[in-house]
Amino acid sequence: MSRAPIPIAAIAGLIALGLTGRVDAQRGGGQRGGGQPAPPAPRAAAPIDLTGYWVSIVTQDWRWRMVTPAKGDFQGFQLTPEAVKIADAWDPAKDEAAGEQCRSYGAPGLMSVPGRLHITWQDDNTLKIETDAGTQTRLFHFGDYTTPANTPRTWQGVSLAQWQMPRGNVPLVFRPADRTAGDAPPVRPGGGSLRVVTNNLRPGYLRKNGIPYGQNVVLTEHWDLYKRPNGEEWLTITQQIEDPENLRTAKLIAPLFKKEANGAKWDPTPCSSRW
Amino acid sequence: MLVAVVTVFRKGDAVRRIGLAAFIVAVMLPAAPVFAQVDLTGTWVRSSQSDNGNSPFQNDLMGIPLSADGRAKALSYDIASLSATERQCQMYPPIYAITGPFPLQISIVQDPVTTRLLGWNIAGWGDRDGTMIWMDGRPRPSQYAPHSHGGFTSGEWQGDTLTAVTTHFKMGDIKRHRAFSSDRATMTYRFNRHGDILTVTGILEDPVYLAEPYVLTEIFRLTTNPNNFPLTACEPIEELPRLHENPALVLHYLPGKQPFVNEATQRLNIPIEAVQGGPETIYPEYRKKLKDKYVPPPPVVNRGRGAQPQQ
Repeated sequence: MSRAPIPIAAIAGLIALGLTGRVDAQRGGGQRGGGQPAPPAPRAAAPIDLTGYWVSIVTQDWRWRMVTPAKGDFQGFQLTPEAVKIADAWDPAKDEAAGEQCRSYGAPGLMSVPGRLHITWQDDNTLKIETDAGTQTRLFHFGDYTTPANTPRTWQGVSLAQWQMPRGNVPLVFRPADRTAGDAPPVRPGGGSLRVVTNNLRPGYLRKNGIPYGQNVVLTEHWDLYKRPNGEEWLTITQQIEDPENLRTAKLIAPLFKKEANGAKWDPTPCSSRW
Repeated sequence: MLVAVVTVFRKGDAVRRIGLAAFIVAVMLPAAPVFAQVDLTGTWVRSSQSDNGNSPFQNDLMGIPLSADGRAKALSYDIASLSATERQCQMYPPIYAITGPFPLQISIVQDPVTTRLLGWNIAGWGDRDGTMIWMDGRPRPSQYAPHSHGGFTSGEWQGDTLTAVTTHFKMGDIKRHRAFSSDRATMTYRFNRHGDILTVTGILEDPVYLAEPYVLTEIFRLTTNPNNFPLTACEPIEELPRLHENPALVLHYLPGKQPFVNEATQRLNIPIEAVQGGPETIYPEYRKKLKDKYVPPPPVVNRGRGAQPQQ
């Protein structure tokens, strides 16, 4: 029988055409063939607005974040023997001498450093996150960004970002039941989050006192926004840090930020290996 | 869809069908719609990688935006009071869902007729009351209604995120050995699911014991192992003989008499005013006040679980 090739190709093609449209918002700009209008760029397609000034709220792990803890204080981490050796050899003076005082400001540790974020769009496809602590800049690339060959490893590495779009509505089984006609609480529009995967990092510290991550670390983040009825805006960044060379289990933390009205408290401070 | 397409051509060449399946999967993978997930059912094991629920110090209020009354209440607290027979099985308040040691076992409660969602149930644990998150819009009880340990909780979807608010709960210890929330407090939860990871953000507001909202996060992983939910019923026993010999004894510390008030300062070199919390201490600029007062303690030499810097 020879009937399969044409229908297979046709059906597969239809599937391809039908599905690719769903992620157009993740791809920046560009006119598609057939005269169709270009899909919105990631900036325009953003389901949540992360831009503005944010301050970290240090209610967790205070004694390890607000001050430099004792050398050898590894609580909260499950380190490999190799990582313990590195951490036990931590010497901030040595880092300073080597010009590596930004080791604790690399992407895997940066969001836990007390400070402020200034988030802006660098262009339609790139979200820029600046920190006043350590004066670092993270760039989140959307769309079809590819890392150029031989890109050197940096403290902030290469971050690929993707919006997670909210559903039009939750599945029927999870919708609230009507008590009487018309009085069920509505499913409020909104939601969506930002997923970011970062690698190509230069080795650094997860904590100021020398708890290490290596160059093969992978940082996966989900940025979730919560606008409260009282006008407050909170940002929860769920971070999964995977580094089998140094961490026996993936590190899972979720630093918190609160939105500020402006940059009045923005206070750029250089990296420090001691404080 | 993939199954249907392949079934249509089930009499075709097997190799070609495998090729077709591979092609369709290849097409679907990069194009898969990126939607958040909303099914919260299951047993979620906490990652416990922050200091939410533990401290080696009896007086550790670091990072808690306490009011003056909240600090006074915390410093009057003697953890041994929980050994009184009538207190051994009292439940912790709702924030314990974030600070406690147990997994979250979440199930849906459906309308028996329509099968639509009435609420989400978070099972109780040995010292935690269960939480029913009502999704059906029922009214919140009167402010004069009795308060329970678990309180009253209602929720709503905000996009793909479940937001729930709990009121009407009793006063209780918000961190083991530490501060309190009052019976006028409100707890707001945000449940964000990302694959098999569930992030719960909790916002505790209390006009009595807090000067600002106390916000914490905890991360949970979905598990299929039911043994990860070791429910244990609480049974009072004789923990401290002196409490049984004198049932009238109410353990506490009078103002200025908290014997452990300097413990964390002595062991970590962190100034006492920081150890005792407050709204100012949770912001980055507070580090400037610490910078000239703080010297890192000597290296940890006996590293084990709970090991602290040595003096």
